[in-house]
Amino acid sequence: MTLDFSFLSWGVVSSFVIKGLIFSVQLTLVAMIGGIVLGTALALMRLSGKRWLVAPAAFYVNTMRSIPLVMVILWFFLLIPLLLGKPLGAEVSAMVTFTLFEAAYFSEIMRAGIQSVSKGQVHAGYAVGMTYPQTMQLIVLPQAFRNMLPVLLTQTIILFQDTSLVYAIGAYDLLKGFEIAGKNFNRPVETYLVAACVYFVICFSLSMTVRQLQNKIAIIR
Amino acid sequence: MVTWDWQVFCKETTSGDIISGCFGRGGDITYLDWLFSAWGWTLSVAVFALVVALFVGSLMGILRTVPDKRLVFLGNVWTELFRNIPLLVQIFLWYHVLPSLFTSLRSVPSFVLVVVALGFFTSARISEQVKAGIQALPNGQRYAGLAMGLTLPQTYRFVLLPMAFRIVIPPLTSESMNIVKNSSVAFAVSIAELTMFAMQAGEETSRNVEMYLAVTALYFVSAFSVNRLALVIENRVRVPGMIGAK
Repeated sequence: MTLDFSFLSWGVVSSFVIKGLIFSVQLTLVAMIGGIVLGTALALMRLSGKRWLVAPAAFYVNTMRSIPLVMVILWFFLLIPLLLGKPLGAEVSAMVTFTLFEAAYFSEIMRAGIQSVSKGQVHAGYAVGMTYPQTMQLIVLPQAFRNMLPVLLTQTIILFQDTSLVYAIGAYDLLKGFEIAGKNFNRPVETYLVAACVYFVICFSLSMTVRQLQNKIAIIR
Repeated sequence: MVTWDWQVFCKETTSGDIISGCFGRGGDITYLDWLFSAWGWTLSVAVFALVVALFVGSLMGILRTVPDKRLVFLGNVWTELFRNIPLLVQIFLWYHVLPSLFTSLRSVPSFVLVVVALGFFTSARISEQVKAGIQALPNGQRYAGLAMGLTLPQTYRFVLLPMAFRIVIPPLTSESMNIVKNSSVAFAVSIAELTMFAMQAGEETSRNVEMYLAVTALYFVSAFSVNRLALVIENRVRVPGMIGAK
């Protein structure tokens, strides 16, 4: 069979693909920001040394990390309507799922980041009379965040790739946009190829940017 | 609020009759039979893909550390290519795109295509770790090997790789657990594995929660067993006095 990309026009892209791309980016950003906030909270719980905080956080993180993402997506899509009494739609359900799922992964990164800040910094904070929240907020977390920035961004690239898994609940993401365009023009093979190229270009350029950033940060430190 | 109905697993899949003993006899298939067969599919996809991934990933990782720049380039291109495309898209490429471009692939069963897709996807991650493992060794080891008159392949075989592979066992363990989890994406091309079972059996019986719970538990058990197995291997191959040895 011969490939024919002639059906691909700006009209096709703007009517099918852009909508999906916007959702994929939106989902990535929501899950990244929500995941980092929640993940930092989970990391602080795990490092608090209080058993009633450590145990639930550890349980949450370990559970999320041992279930396949597709199953988590399906679980939330099933449970949210049961708990709320009304369905939220695949898109909102995906945002909730990805935020809660990624929080587990971001929390492991933030935990490593917080542990990478030397103990002397914490003691210095206490010595100048800061409270625990102040020390964390003003001294430890900014440094932890900065040290872990490349890793957090790499995880975000993985997160962007994983957004394609909303396929399981039929949400309209980038891949779905290409798939529908392919069905409409009866050119599924070409659209899958283009989809792969688009994902590759986005993820590859992002990871190059992260690599540059890594060098920059490494020099300053 | 929720009422459990675990007997659903003893139902025959077409007639819906409850079968005593829960395992179907003769031509009957219960949901429990189906669940175990799905588990088998998940494990076979994962194990075969892991073999592919370890083989290809190690090869590419080694290529990225050799003196020949062309081989390094090949290894880098391979790794970036398979790391920057989502797994689901890669599976679609193997399942929908390649067979229509190369007609000889049409007779290949979809199980094999998924194994190759998952294997190559994971090989990019393994290549990163193998490369890091080799680079973690002091350069003197490589020079020592070459100075002794070993050829480059011999240096890798007898000096570098035995230590490098031991160093990368922990990250390879988590990759092996990931491959069990990632095998769930095979549902998208109708492989009858656990996630596919959860979706279909859940729909047929309307007992989604029970089906999902069973499937989730089996994923747990599978990933945990991989973890234990890797720990055993790690302890077995430990070199006294070297990295990580007790």
